[in-house]
Amino acid sequence: MIQQERMIVVRQSEIAQHIFELTLQGQIVQDMNPGQFVHIRVSDSFEPLLRRPISISNIDKETGEATVIYRAEGRGTQILSQKQVGDEVDVLGPLGNGFPVEATPEGGTALLVGGGIGVPPLYELSQQLNARGIRTIHVFGFSTKDVCFYDDQFSTLGDTHYVTVDGTKGTKGFVTDLLEELKPEFDVFYACGPLPMLRALENFYPDKTGFLSFEERMGCGIGACFACICKTTDQTDKDYVKVCSDGPVFPKGVVEL
Amino acid sequence: MSRLSIQLPGLDLKNPIMPASGCFGFGKEFSNLYDLSKLGAIMIKATTVETRLGNPTPRVAETAAGMLNAIGLQNPGLEMVMKNELPYLERFDVPIIANVAGTTTEDYVEVAEKISEAPNVKALELNISCPNVKHGGITFGTDAVVAKELVEAVKKVSKVPVYVKLSPNVTDIVGIAKAVEAGGADGITMINTLVGMRLDERTGKPVIANGTGGLSGPAVKPVAIRMVYEVYKNVNIPIIGMGGVTNAQDVIDFMSAGASAVAVGTANFVDPFVCPNIIEALPARLEELGVQRIKEIIGRSHL
Ligand SMILES: Cc1cc2nc3c(=O)[nH]c(=O)nc-3n(C[C@H](O)[C@H](O)[C@H](O)COP(=O)(O)OP(=O)(O)OC[C@H]3O[C@@H](n4cnc5c(N)ncnc54)[C@H](O)[C@@H]3O)c2cc1C
Ligand SMILES: Cc1cc2nc3c(=O)[nH]c(=O)nc-3n(C[C@H](O)[C@H](O)[C@H](O)COP(=O)(O)O)c2cc1C
Ligand code: FES
Repeated sequence: MIQQERMIVVRQSEIAQHIFELTLQGQIVQDMNPGQFVHIRVSDSFEPLLRRPISISNIDKETGEATVIYRAEGRGTQILSQKQVGDEVDVLGPLGNGFPVEATPEGGTALLVGGGIGVPPLYELSQQLNARGIRTIHVFGFSTKDVCFYDDQFSTLGDTHYVTVDGTKGTKGFVTDLLEELKPEFDVFYACGPLPMLRALENFYPDKTGFLSFEERMGCGIGACFACICKTTDQTDKDYVKVCSDGPVFPKGVVEL
Repeated sequence: MSRLSIQLPGLDLKNPIMPASGCFGFGKEFSNLYDLSKLGAIMIKATTVETRLGNPTPRVAETAAGMLNAIGLQNPGLEMVMKNELPYLERFDVPIIANVAGTTTEDYVEVAEKISEAPNVKALELNISCPNVKHGGITFGTDAVVAKELVEAVKKVSKVPVYVKLSPNVTDIVGIAKAVEAGGADGITMINTLVGMRLDERTGKPVIANGTGGLSGPAVKPVAIRMVYEVYKNVNIPIIGMGGVTNAQDVIDFMSAGASAVAVGTANFVDPFVCPNIIEALPARLEELGVQRIKEIIGRSHL
């Protein structure tokens, strides 16, 4: 169920250049699933006005804590990065439909592909897949070494490979270059990252089952304002989907890329 | 008679608060959050004859204390709205105001005639002010003669009172208001969004794919208040005011300027519970102002 809650900041730190890890505590954590997002109001004033959609990267139902990882770039995320332990943050969530963990058969292998700030939701996903006895392979692309994060966390869950645009970590190039080289064997792929990456992946694995997480500018975040529409392909009977309430995760082939 | 109730043509309002068109969809999403029967009324998303897919994305951009949107009247079309959306809302004890849009007079007439037959549609809101579609919409809202003719045509077929939603993108809003009154409008709703543009800092190009978008949110409130104030002085039909409302005091301000009821738009995105929160806060605010019933403050700026 979607709820609005004033969650409490339990931790916040800068884990890479301009990349922040924020852990919040509250009731709504109990309803969270991997790949879902929260809509965060960073200020109680009307400056900035709109909420910021951020993916959930870790869910701990026992402690009631959830973590988000975000890049503090614009004015909203910069304000968020200044929140101190004990501060309250107005959160609407959990929103959207996440990654279907059960799509990978038990004992199978999942390929997780992330690009930049699309990597965070794959962390909770990887943990849940591993908990089901699924082997995970992680292939992540970043612009440069300084903005990479969670190397240790992912490495303990499965093979983790990096590619950077400038070659400062892992190989140089884009994720598809690395996939070409690695030729990983897997059953299902899950991906989150910039559109060109998602497009390249769809073309790269035309015969595989895959799930892609999308981003779009949002207003309401709950499906009411028609801001976050994506066109669909002929493979669906719908003319469009809403990223916020139908997504952000869609099976491969649904959204026109 | 509760202290918040308001009577308007076709509308028996428990309270003067209603979500504005386009900011509440067809209510379904918000019905998962709270009981829609708490609301005075609901203004549903613009409905056109045919299914509309709207504009390319990005469709929204944040601005100082506001936002721009160019949704482009996306809606499932008259038939689906009648078949799916309106019946869903029948379970709530709340009057629906149907926002009607189109490209030609015939479009408006067709939607108005059919949608006004729905049992829970108690009034129409003619959207002659959408800045985000290439044809129709705003052209009806910026020319007094055309606006009057459209209202006359719709009045002939509508089974419920007709309110007309005015555009602020005109030099003489009073002229348009008088024209729609002369055309037989039962009320006025105002304001729609103000045409604006935001540029991307890096590229210098508009952020919104459509180029321009409609500005809404707290930033537009002074413009809206001024316009309600001027129109109230010059027409005798009731006004439903809107533009930047976020709290109970904003409601008091709009009603003081001359609005009989108030719609809340963009604020629903910031706080999805804003409408019930305002309704809850109003009695205490009236108490502080020493006002017994909210309708007593309508137009008090002009006394
Ligand atoms: C479903 C979803 C999940 C996301 N998950 C993450 C995440 O885990 N970590 C992370 O760092 N970022 C994530 N993003 C992107 C994040 O929402 C934007 O980076 C953020 O909103 C930018 O806000 P700002 O204050 O920094 O920028 P500003 O420039 O001040 O933003 C202005 C407006 O544009 C919107 N906006 C700007 N960039 C984006 C974008 N890429 N996507 C959507 N809206 C945008 C803002 O929400 C705001 O309304 C996600 C986006 C979506 C849609
Ligand atoms: C995303 C969005 C969509 C809108 N869609 C419609 C619409 O379909 N029909 C209409 O008459 N007005 C529409 N409006 C205008 C609002 O109903 C309202 O007039 C305006 O936003 C000013 O109020 P506010 O500042 O409270 O948002 C829309 C506004 C927004 C922000
Ligand atoms: S953000 Fe409003 S419909 Fe998706």
